[in-house]
Amino acid sequence: MTYNKLKRIDLIFHEDCDCRQVLEKTFSKSNDEIINDILESGLKGRGGAGFPTGLKWKFTAEQPSDERFVICNADEGEPGTFKDREILFKVPGKVFSGMAVCGKVIGAKQGYIYLRGEYRFLLPELQKALDKFHDEIKDLLDFKISIQMGSGAYICGEESALFESMEGKRGEPRNKPPYPTVAGFKDKPTVINNVETLVYSFMICKHGPTKFKELGTSDSRGSKVFSISGDTPIAGIYELELGMSLDHFVEEFGDGDTKAVQVGGAAGFCVPRKKFKETIIGFEGVPTGGSMKVFNSSRSMYNVLHNYLEFFEEESCGQCTPCRVGCQQLIKGIEAVKKGEQKAAYLDQLMKLSETMKLASKCGLGQSVANSFSSIVDNFREEMIY
Amino acid sequence: MAKNINLKIDGVDVQVEEGKTILDAARAINVHIPTLCYHEDLCVAGNCRVCMVEVAGAKALVASCAMPASDGMEVQTNTLKVRAARKNVIELLLSEHNADCTNCYKNKQCELQDLASEYKTSGEQLYLDLVPMKNYTIDDFSPSIIKDDSKCIRCQRCVRTCEELQHVSALGVAYKGDKMKISTFFENSMFDVVCTNCGQCINRCPTGSLIERNYVDEVWEAIYDEKKHVVVQTAPATRVALGEDLGLEPGQVVTGKMVAALKRVGFDSVLDTDFSADLTIMEEGTELLTRLKRALVDKDPTAKLPMATSCSPGWIKFIEHTFPEYLDNLSTCKSPQQMFGALAKTYYAKKRGIDPENIVSVSIMPCVAKKFEADRPEMRSSGYKDVDYVLTTRELARMIRQAGLEFKALPEENYDSIMGESTGAAVIFGATGGVMEAALRTAYELVTGREVPFENLNITPVRGMDGVKEASVKIEGTLPDWNFLEGAELKTVTAHGLTNAKLVMEKVKSGEADYHFIEIMACPGGCIGGGGQPIPTNMEIRKKRTEAIYVEDAGKPIRKSHENPEVVAIYKEFLGEPCGHKSHELLHTHYKKRQRY
Repeated sequence: MTYNKLKRIDLIFHEDCDCRQVLEKTFSKSNDEIINDILESGLKGRGGAGFPTGLKWKFTAEQPSDERFVICNADEGEPGTFKDREILFKVPGKVFSGMAVCGKVIGAKQGYIYLRGEYRFLLPELQKALDKFHDEIKDLLDFKISIQMGSGAYICGEESALFESMEGKRGEPRNKPPYPTVAGFKDKPTVINNVETLVYSFMICKHGPTKFKELGTSDSRGSKVFSISGDTPIAGIYELELGMSLDHFVEEFGDGDTKAVQVGGAAGFCVPRKKFKETIIGFEGVPTGGSMKVFNSSRSMYNVLHNYLEFFEEESCGQCTPCRVGCQQLIKGIEAVKKGEQKAAYLDQLMKLSETMKLASKCGLGQSVANSFSSIVDNFREEMIY
Repeated sequence: MAKNINLKIDGVDVQVEEGKTILDAARAINVHIPTLCYHEDLCVAGNCRVCMVEVAGAKALVASCAMPASDGMEVQTNTLKVRAARKNVIELLLSEHNADCTNCYKNKQCELQDLASEYKTSGEQLYLDLVPMKNYTIDDFSPSIIKDDSKCIRCQRCVRTCEELQHVSALGVAYKGDKMKISTFFENSMFDVVCTNCGQCINRCPTGSLIERNYVDEVWEAIYDEKKHVVVQTAPATRVALGEDLGLEPGQVVTGKMVAALKRVGFDSVLDTDFSADLTIMEEGTELLTRLKRALVDKDPTAKLPMATSCSPGWIKFIEHTFPEYLDNLSTCKSPQQMFGALAKTYYAKKRGIDPENIVSVSIMPCVAKKFEADRPEMRSSGYKDVDYVLTTRELARMIRQAGLEFKALPEENYDSIMGESTGAAVIFGATGGVMEAALRTAYELVTGREVPFENLNITPVRGMDGVKEASVKIEGTLPDWNFLEGAELKTVTAHGLTNAKLVMEKVKSGEADYHFIEIMACPGGCIGGGGQPIPTNMEIRKKRTEAIYVEDAGKPIRKSHENPEVVAIYKEFLGEPCGHKSHELLHTHYKKRQRY
């Protein structure tokens, strides 16, 4: 069987981009035209949840308020995701420019980058680049960006917990509604986008929506930056077209002995070998914020799951019952089954529990613990027991 | 006018005002959705996830307490999905909870236990018991509040109470994930932090995690001790709330039954804090007028205005922590409880011919901070601990149940004498604005020789549930001694709940307000909403208790403190004059600055 290599895209990291020039060109259009371009492109949020970016901007712009904000979510904490770090390191100007476009469109004068605590080492260079950017656009737009450091909690990547953290409070998700487009940071209408989303927005401004739309599938337009790790000889960061099938992916990135791929990090889904062919990477199949972890047959899926659950047990903010207690029960539960203290059938009870966590947790963290739990337990049940 | 929203709950059409939640809408049509973290007095948290319902079109379940009702919404409260999730959530809470129910102080008064009894059918625990894996601790250093983390379900009602109602924030959330807990600054004990001991957290804790330190057994022991003469005083607010813990509806005045019960329980003498409330008015009213004279006429810089009331020990501890620069503005009067205590082991002992050594002085209070107050080192002016044991209204209800009394069937009996006589002015101490009103009734008459110019002596501007109530009284036609007050406008402010107290004090601090007299009660609604009162509490219940207080006042033959015959007698026989030498020795105190965190 012949096989074509996956198409490499070079939008994000492509060097020859004069941000100032693109901004001038973009600002010659009306705000509605810009929003329409983003809508037309079909761009969906690259953080993983996949909300249409154009709509987010539109809703925020339409919300009556004396003040609005743009926030770049750079709290890249999903295990196995490291692409935002690279983007911020290599092309910070594009991130700032994406924020500036959004700021103009929604009428925000202030933007923030919420930078993951562990990325503090990026700060000096990022601040330098930001100062330069402010200087470049000062006659073009009344818009300032500040960098706010996170302190290390995974949950602060959840948008409403991020607002709380920025406001100096404990990083705990809020009740929704209201959504950020209505009441976000300081209860003002706020666009909060992932780093990559903002860069793609800017790329759409540069190249027009058509070029972006040509890539991907009808549900998953465009390309995406992937963080590829695990049992692969060529780990790293790749910009690929969305909508590929997982067996194509494994063909290229696997080590020939791939047993499973964890798509979307700890909060994502584990896809076993038998389902590689039917699995599409994209919003119509298995979505991902970028993390692709490849496991070969030397790996114990019990250990993989245990590791994820340890992570969630610690990183739950602890406020809501299903997530706080559920995570503890899941990890203690699989330990008990493994040690023979509970019957194998206890796994079924834990599956019901994970379903409750999905239905009843307050935020995306608790809701998505079930993703990895049920996909691993379902597909590798014998590894949980023996 | 708010817009109306039409939705369907369990197939029934319901209309609510815009802004109301699904939970509000369900309650409006008597659909019961269980809740734990929700409390009428507090902001919505939406963290326990017990009140989940299914909304057509939504992928996940939604928390009905946090979800605004919207037009066309179709809600199901009792589907398979909802019940399975709810049961799981309850099981999870139980797995983290030290369900040692029969040993628990809150046994049969626990919201988690209620839910367990509704939802548990299998007789076994669905999930692993996490309690042995946790290093739960009990903080019992405080004389008022005991905090047992093993019973905590992390609903954060206490945290919200402490922050929103009281602006104290002694309790907060610490750590995350499986280690998340409710804690204090640097995890210090409740005794060592800014906690005011108000006990509002206890009133809102759904389980036994926050309870009062109880002295029920100690009091029984004293009662059974033949050598001891046990006197009991009852605070104004207990008589309008005690019934709630003994099967009566909120808002019932049970003074006579309470007295009867106390006598049957075995107290040697059943007396009334209302007596010393009247005495407080004599002392505090005189102090206010003297202070006004010293400040306004003599220009004495040590006479600080505005003068603030000092009856509420939660407020006292709050100001000691938060506004220590205003300690000189506090009235030096002890609270009625402590005035009573000091007199019980001096005046009362002497008159009754009992060795004060053998007197055990017990008080029944709507308050948890009173336990701390009684323990203060300043409160030993009789030469003994002035008040030996402070019981909350709830503890008294427990003793009455233990004694096997059918409270509802008890006859009404009268307080013993001496120190059992009181006026309407004293009973209103139990409600916000009451001390102010009682003080004005007496002070105005003292200065002008006439009654306060309000119909039936009801000074309505200082009554009611507004958080901060400003009022002023114009003084005209003064008696010769008080000529310096002629035409003066006495400016007063009344606040309840420490959040409102803070607002008032900040206005004073900024110079924005020029009050003469401030009444502050630490608890919402005043003592009727105290931390020692029956659980539950909410605005509706507090209003009913307040109405009962004013009914009691209106029905009293004497309604002005200075006309209380026992008060007149004690000055004649023992104290001499208000704010005199003996008073200062027994009835006045001082305060101390405490740390800010």
